[in-house]
Amino acid sequence: MLAEKFADEIAGILKRFPDKRSAVLPLMHLAQEVYGYMSEEAMQDVANILELDPTHVLSLSGFYTMYYEEPVGKYVLEVCNDLACALCGADEFLEMASRKLDIPLEGTTNDGLFTLKNVMCLGACDRAPMLQCNYRFEENLDEEKFEALIARLREEAQSGENGDGRSAVVRKIAAYAKT
Amino acid sequence: MPHILLRHRDVENIHKLDVYRQHDGYAALEKAVKEMTPDEVITELRSSNLRGRGGAGFPTGLKWGFIPKGESEKYIIINTDESETGTFKDRELVEKNPHQVIEGAIIAAYAVGAKTIYNYFRGEYMDAAYNFEEALKACYANNLLGESILGSDFSCDFYCHYGAGAYICGEETALIESLMGRLGQPWSKPPFPAVEGLYRKPTVVNNTETLANVPYIILKGADWYLGIGTDKSPGPKIVCMSGHVNKPGNYEVPMGTTYRELVYDYAGGISGGKKFKALLPSGGSGPVITEDALDAPLTFEGLNDYQSVMGSASVIVMDETTDMVWAALKMIHFFKHESCGKCTPCREGTYWLEQVLHRVYDGHGTEQDLKTLESVAKQMVGRCLCALGEFAVSPVLSTIRHFPEEYKAKIEQALAKKKEQVETAVPA
Repeated sequence: MLAEKFADEIAGILKRFPDKRSAVLPLMHLAQEVYGYMSEEAMQDVANILELDPTHVLSLSGFYTMYYEEPVGKYVLEVCNDLACALCGADEFLEMASRKLDIPLEGTTNDGLFTLKNVMCLGACDRAPMLQCNYRFEENLDEEKFEALIARLREEAQSGENGDGRSAVVRKIAAYAKT
Repeated sequence: MPHILLRHRDVENIHKLDVYRQHDGYAALEKAVKEMTPDEVITELRSSNLRGRGGAGFPTGLKWGFIPKGESEKYIIINTDESETGTFKDRELVEKNPHQVIEGAIIAAYAVGAKTIYNYFRGEYMDAAYNFEEALKACYANNLLGESILGSDFSCDFYCHYGAGAYICGEETALIESLMGRLGQPWSKPPFPAVEGLYRKPTVVNNTETLANVPYIILKGADWYLGIGTDKSPGPKIVCMSGHVNKPGNYEVPMGTTYRELVYDYAGGISGGKKFKALLPSGGSGPVITEDALDAPLTFEGLNDYQSVMGSASVIVMDETTDMVWAALKMIHFFKHESCGKCTPCREGTYWLEQVLHRVYDGHGTEQDLKTLESVAKQMVGRCLCALGEFAVSPVLSTIRHFPEEYKAKIEQALAKKKEQVETAVPA
């Protein structure tokens, strides 16, 4: 499925390296886009294209934090609560988000829309509290802005905009490999 | 003074090729490929004494000079894996002033004879990379990349690559492993990347900000560059100010600016009218400094007397209300999470430091725990495979050194609580 859905992108990515194994991380980003998380099929697809052992893809999936080893919601809200952000209220923000969504950390809402996680520094410490949602940064947040974000995402999900895809960002970046 | 690195703050739309070219853009590249030999470029860099801006401060010209001459395959890698807590300077550069980084990298490739450049972005920066990708397209369309650049006989390709969430990939050998599709785990040097790097070929890995310095050095000359900053640490530096300050953000300053100026003049002082307590000068990777060090200059050697380092200049400021045991716990949690697991002192050391520190912070600590913290930390130093484990101990040891009373208070509270429990359980 991965090979068909992103044929041109994958061809472009492969051309960048003398050894196709180098393409594994970009292809895993795309596989996650297709399958929603690093499912067995996702890992098998990547392994087939690159002629790798699927267990190698599995080990990478465990090592790199941007790959999800378990199913996640349509929107993954990853709040940074590292020191710099925490000095600006990120821990309290995370608690508030957990309360508003009525899920614990690592939990997913019953409607399957939102998963809440905390992550290490995302490089936006001057705009704390902040979070990353499906590869996109949302910065300078507070309770009001968080509620607005959730409302906007709910609306987007209902309208079917952004399709089934996890992240427009991944698709946009992969498209640069086509040319 | 106009910016040298954060030029987008002076020139609108400098991320677009035509605007960049109207403001000296690619004039340095043209000068290099048409008027200078590769050796002359390296000599100019050496004379400028530009030192790596990723934190280690290794002289850039020297690094380029290590690459063997000849026609063999070589690589330039830009390290945009910026993941140190409190660091967000390279993101602004690639997002807002991408051409200056690209130009610096092409000049580097010309100097060492590399035909391929990769920019390794941390995966989380995909959203910040569109301008960079667009800038590359524009370069290809205008003979600044690809075959026979600007009519010279120098050809070079340039690709972006995206990681997937691993702090350790900012370490150059881990980055190379990651770019080769493996776990991002460092190797024990030698071999050094200049000899055996990407695909076992000679490779230069330079920080994004470092390369952004290069075009101006070539265009205006090393002497001009040496006029900025201090003798031993010349040039401008981007400082990331975060934490309890009124105006967090990136500031480009000449090296030699004091930490006091950074906190009070540039970042607008401590937020909420509170008092300054301490700052981490290098994200999580440098020991904390206190009030007495604020007049030290921001240079590679400026904090030597205070047992700390400038590093990548990611200044996290903490006000008087900050619990320093909590701050140390936050940092050691980060390092434990990001330890790649390859070498035992780091994998086990960061784990135990977090466990013990957690106990102290939670109010269950004892005097012995403090000794254990220091003992574990000291045993890690000098025994880890890479700098991650070496740096991980600094927030713990430095907060114990500067704020022993905060640790002691937590332990005394724990002791009092235990006594109370015993007395309630066994009434007199």
